[in-house]
Amino acid sequence: MLQYTIRRLLLAIPVLLGILIVTFALARLIPGDPCKAMLGEKATADVCERFTIQYGLDKPIYVQFFIYMKDILRGDFGTSIRFARPVTIILIERLPMTVELGFSALLIAVAIGVPAGIFASIKRNTFADVITMVGANIGVSMPVYWLGLMLAYIFALTLKDTPFWLPPTGRLTAGMTSIPFYQLWNISVLKGTVQYHILEFIANLYVFNSFITGQWNVLLDAIKHLILPSVALSTIPMAIIARMTRSSMLEVLKQDYIRTARAKGLTQRVVVLKHALRNAMLPIITIIGLEVGHLFAGAVLTESIFGLAGVGRILFEAITARDFPIIQAFTVVIAALYVLVNLVVDLSYVFIDPRIRLE
Amino acid sequence: MTAQLSVNANQVEKDYRANSLWRMTLRRIGKQRNAIIGMVILGILLLVAILAPVLAPYDPIEVLIGVEDVGKREAPCIHLLGCPADQPQHIMGTDGNVRDVFSRVIYGTRYSLFLGFTAIGIAIGVGAVLGAISGYYGGWLDMIIMRILDVLMAFPSLLLAIAIVSVLGPGLSNALVAIGIVSIPVYARVVRASVLTVKEQEYVKASKALGGSHMHILIDRILPNSVPPLIVRGTLGIGTAILDAAALSFLGLGAQPPMPEWGTMLGSERNQVFSAPHLVFYPGIAIMITVLAFNLIGDGLRDAIDPRLSNT
Repeated sequence: MLQYTIRRLLLAIPVLLGILIVTFALARLIPGDPCKAMLGEKATADVCERFTIQYGLDKPIYVQFFIYMKDILRGDFGTSIRFARPVTIILIERLPMTVELGFSALLIAVAIGVPAGIFASIKRNTFADVITMVGANIGVSMPVYWLGLMLAYIFALTLKDTPFWLPPTGRLTAGMTSIPFYQLWNISVLKGTVQYHILEFIANLYVFNSFITGQWNVLLDAIKHLILPSVALSTIPMAIIARMTRSSMLEVLKQDYIRTARAKGLTQRVVVLKHALRNAMLPIITIIGLEVGHLFAGAVLTESIFGLAGVGRILFEAITARDFPIIQAFTVVIAALYVLVNLVVDLSYVFIDPRIRLE
Repeated sequence: MTAQLSVNANQVEKDYRANSLWRMTLRRIGKQRNAIIGMVILGILLLVAILAPVLAPYDPIEVLIGVEDVGKREAPCIHLLGCPADQPQHIMGTDGNVRDVFSRVIYGTRYSLFLGFTAIGIAIGVGAVLGAISGYYGGWLDMIIMRILDVLMAFPSLLLAIAIVSVLGPGLSNALVAIGIVSIPVYARVVRASVLTVKEQEYVKASKALGGSHMHILIDRILPNSVPPLIVRGTLGIGTAILDAAALSFLGLGAQPPMPEWGTMLGSERNQVFSAPHLVFYPGIAIMITVLAFNLIGDGLRDAIDPRLSNT
């Protein structure tokens, strides 16, 4: 198991290196002068020369790449050209939002998708099955941003002044703040240190932070703000998970040992949940892992609709503004997370199916 | 006697035809309710795309200011549903530039279908070549191609497409190329897998022994095996491609205004969703129906052509 994990991690290195090369190349290939894009009218020849030297853009491309690699290995993603701030800091501010959004979307997708798939499989070819699968088919075909806008219209406008009203933008209501747990608990930590960044990252997960510190009104507000974007983002993964669960369950349910289990007189519940589901889990887990990638892509659209300052939105803005350091850092982080999640999925096979030996 | 023989030969020929792989597949597709529904929808969409000039009551990019008495972002007005007869009829209302939304949605069918088919066409073309070379020759060539594709697959497809479009510059054709590129790995893998499964089989060896060239063996003997999975994957892929293309246009990176593309229409009116929801609603529904058609057909084809694939 350990050996396998190490081997898989080593195998991920060339992929990660490839990701670095691709993002580096793409960022350089984006046409237009970053100096002119950033400084606009102020971009005189003189100013631009200093700008180019400051960001090392005058050096040969391979030198730039090696400097870039060296910095990344030290955890330094450079300075954002547009914000003139370290990219790592921006990442710490923005990533928690996307993690929260992605996680809650995945939670909704699994919590509804898996039971729906199981339900459809045991009611195979009945009206209920058809309805569930029609729903799933429509779910995969819906544009995320369209659903987001429609949900915003229904819940923020049509249901205004009812208890079902939900806010269409932002993370918290204006005036509401989530006080970081390390301030409340008087954890003294020097600004700018690694520990500080880690604490700051955790504190920026508003739902988690307000939950552990008992700021209940903030927690409720943060959750209310999360509902619409998460639901919009969860539909496609939910539908895909439901379909996969159904087909995987159908495959298992027709096997002999299921008939044996039924013949033994076990209840439907035990047969389905204990005997069948456990064996049907493998492809479901795999597809959940793959959906994480879709969540990040969907986050670009969802965040821009719901006015959320997350990773997806800043990445999109950085691409249009040619902010190289941000484009590189965020793409690398997203791709690396994706690779990591799928590694975890592969490793989880052993726990789900004891027949699998990963040596 | 001769007559007898020829009758039998005809009968054999008939039986053979009736049971040929394609016929059997067609018959199985006929039993797939999903595929039939999908094909009917797609048929209607194709008709709408072809007959757009006949069906659309207005020119999709014509600004109606001064042409008739209608305002900006007006709600749908349908005479049959009680809209006063003296007002001009706009089934889906008008948009921010006072254009007829219904006509724009109808013309939009052309763009989406074109985008979907072409992007996936590119992806299958390039992917099949890469996959075939990779699987057939193996060795370091296979290693390099597959690692490059792994890297491409490590990016969420829409993000990579956004990045590629920003390199190429926004626009319909660049969006198409970007979506084509990000879809390549899927098809390359499908072809490579089917090449690997058949390349050691006896009939391939026989062809080699007969002195067949690599080209001949690959194209005539091996690649036909990857056609069924490519059709299935391709159909499902067209749905995703249309969805991604619309997303790019929505973000302002794909088709540019005033082109009546659904994603562009949605994107340019997104801030008006509270005041004029119809401008967002109809293009979205159009995207959904189109993608749904391809997904239904893809599912049906998969079950009909290769039931084993239904778990992947």
